[in-house]
Amino acid sequence: MIEMNEKKVLLFGNEAIAQGAREAGVYFAAAYPGTPSTEILEVFATFPGIYAKWSPNEKVALEVGIGASLSGTRTLVCMKHVGVNVAMDPLMTFTYTGVNGGFVLVSADDPELHSSQNEQDNRILGKFAKIPTFDPSDSQDCLDFTKLGYDVSEKFNTPVLLRETTRIAHAKSLVKIGEWKEPVRGQFFKRDTSRFVMMPIFAKSRHTFVEARTLELQKFSNEWEGNQLELKDPEIGIITSGVAYQYIRELLPNASFLKVGLVWPFPDEKAKKLAAYCKRILVVEELEPFLEDEAKLIGIKCEGKKYFPREGELNLDKVALGLYEAGIKEIKPTIKRGTEVLPRPPVLCPGCPHRGVFMALSKLNADVFGDIGCYTLSALQPLESLHTCLCMGASIGNAVGVAITSTEPKHPPVAVLGDSTFLHSGVTGLMDMVYTQANMTLVILDNEITAMTGGQDHPSSGRDLMGNPAPKINLEKLVRSMGIEKVEIVDTYDFDEAFKQIKSAIEFPGPSVVIAHRPCALFPKKAKIKPYYVKEEPCTGCGLCLKIGCPALSASGKKTAKGLDIPVIDATVCTGCTLCVQVCKFDAIDPITIEEEVTV
Amino acid sequence: MNENPITNVLVVGVGGQGVILASNILCEVALRAGFDTKKSEVHGMSQRGGSVTSHVRFGEKVFSPLIPSGQADSLLAFEAAEALRYCHEVKDGGYLIVSTQKIIPPIASGRRGLKYPENPIEECKKVCAGHVIPIDAEKIALELGNPRLTNTILLGALSKNLKIDETVWRDTIAQMVPKKTIEVNLVAFERGRNSEIK
Repeated sequence: MIEMNEKKVLLFGNEAIAQGAREAGVYFAAAYPGTPSTEILEVFATFPGIYAKWSPNEKVALEVGIGASLSGTRTLVCMKHVGVNVAMDPLMTFTYTGVNGGFVLVSADDPELHSSQNEQDNRILGKFAKIPTFDPSDSQDCLDFTKLGYDVSEKFNTPVLLRETTRIAHAKSLVKIGEWKEPVRGQFFKRDTSRFVMMPIFAKSRHTFVEARTLELQKFSNEWEGNQLELKDPEIGIITSGVAYQYIRELLPNASFLKVGLVWPFPDEKAKKLAAYCKRILVVEELEPFLEDEAKLIGIKCEGKKYFPREGELNLDKVALGLYEAGIKEIKPTIKRGTEVLPRPPVLCPGCPHRGVFMALSKLNADVFGDIGCYTLSALQPLESLHTCLCMGASIGNAVGVAITSTEPKHPPVAVLGDSTFLHSGVTGLMDMVYTQANMTLVILDNEITAMTGGQDHPSSGRDLMGNPAPKINLEKLVRSMGIEKVEIVDTYDFDEAFKQIKSAIEFPGPSVVIAHRPCALFPKKAKIKPYYVKEEPCTGCGLCLKIGCPALSASGKKTAKGLDIPVIDATVCTGCTLCVQVCKFDAIDPITIEEEVTV
Repeated sequence: MNENPITNVLVVGVGGQGVILASNILCEVALRAGFDTKKSEVHGMSQRGGSVTSHVRFGEKVFSPLIPSGQADSLLAFEAAEALRYCHEVKDGGYLIVSTQKIIPPIASGRRGLKYPENPIEECKKVCAGHVIPIDAEKIALELGNPRLTNTILLGALSKNLKIDETVWRDTIAQMVPKKTIEVNLVAFERGRNSEIK
């Protein structure tokens, strides 16, 4: 039972990181939104006396954060795992310069790819950058490790990486919270050429510093009690970190444990103690054999990935199966299989302004080079009109490459990405499109928000994270200033007109840009115009309206005389965008004229 | 039998139905009853009308934030086909509390051959190892004058099998819903709690 005299609250890992940062006196935080990291900054931004901002991308967020640290400010920078790839360039040299104000970088990894394009394990990037890397196992760890991270950062003069995963970020557990500290804000930038000008003559000696620092951190890793060594059952010892600890601890409560909180530098002395005490060592960790490799490097005989999968998330069942295969559990766990039920994948929302673009591109049979955002869902049924998705901003470069090398193109190349993704890393792609005069079309889906992560602002949305108005970058002027002559501004709620404009852009010989502009149907406020309904009389059951993939439309169960499905519109979710009305050839969809009382 | 008994409640539904809010209230109730409590869910893509699940576990000490396969003491389903998708997760003697509401996804429309189950609740009864308790929460909510009350009605039905004092539930709900709606939410909770077990 929990002790009620302690001040304990249920927090998501992300909330606990924000709280830990505030308790450590962090003044400045920057991020680019990305699941499962987004809420850290959203929570931090609600605290008084701090400065929090969204940056156009993760590299900029890190660079701005480095600047804040150089001025002596305690700084937090957050991103999802693939965001760290974008920020690797500054990170790999920031590790040389070291910090002034304490600096923690949060990487939120996504094993199982709940909302990501890959499932890379960023503990490896922490080791690669030679920066201390924490791997929390619950929300309390998130708070404690973040807070400690600032002391470690300043004591050892290093950026610190806190790597969490989806099941930490988006899981709630009890946390003992502490007092907030006065935010630490630096006074000014103190010049130090040999430390901050990383040209060869100075960088060489900084590399020497990094190697010396690693030895100090190694000592710390062995001394720190957060790398918990618990010697119990001498038969079996477990080395584990992150959420994997929770699964194996529930299944083998009496085993000996090394719960690694700081995974790099690996606490080698503690691991050796465990190995000396136990007959058999198992390493239980999600994704890559990181701890297993570290243990094997120092000569510990152990097994890990032999029994526990390298792909996807772990859970109690997978860990129990591994224990069975390792001969530790006698009973093979049974995993019940459910009934096959039709899938319910996420879809574009009712009233989504992207829908019309993909209806048009499907009709024009374009090769669509896609990007990261809600619109990636257009690859699936029923729109099925997006053909690549790689990483933020890749759409434009991919289309340029196809456009300039294909000898017999079958379909016109069209790159499609959202406004936030365009500002993140599409602008440089556009430069290349102009520079090479690629015969292609770029469609910018401008809904004035970063929608997929839950509606965050960006440099063209007109607001900032602190709730203040901000200048809006004008996408049309930006595109024209780069030398694009053919620019079409379209409203996709007017489908016929939008179709004509998109067609003319595609037919234009040379680079062209379409800006499909209309605010997101969800953020910052829900679109609601006037709901529509299907008239059973003229409806022929042709199914054209169902092909636009609107969740408000479904088969009613009623049939036409010919036995075809008559659709029905769910008036509670219909926004009245009228796209279905515009595709209906039989005038069978009308607005609901008598306003029904809907209590909210 | 088990030295560390943990209660596992799986809450499922469709993005936008209130699954997350319901599991938040349940967590708060468990916490106030003095239990170590954990919950896990996935945000992001699942918000766009997709299938949503939230795992809630409470007991003396909880490690894993996820419920093991087939070990849910209760499954609270906001939608009939989602109940069918997850009803095998209910353990022997457990409970499936299912709203009779059906939300037919666009994927089941048109002529793709994907069909919404004919009678998902009857099918649940064949598959589920526990008791199946269907509730027309939508109808009760409309009777009470607010379709958003389905959430509290379902929690009322769930509360009956969870061995946590009713006053803890009532106090928590009163604190977590908008002030103006406290009274009607408590009525909704009562209606759910007393809904007939068919």
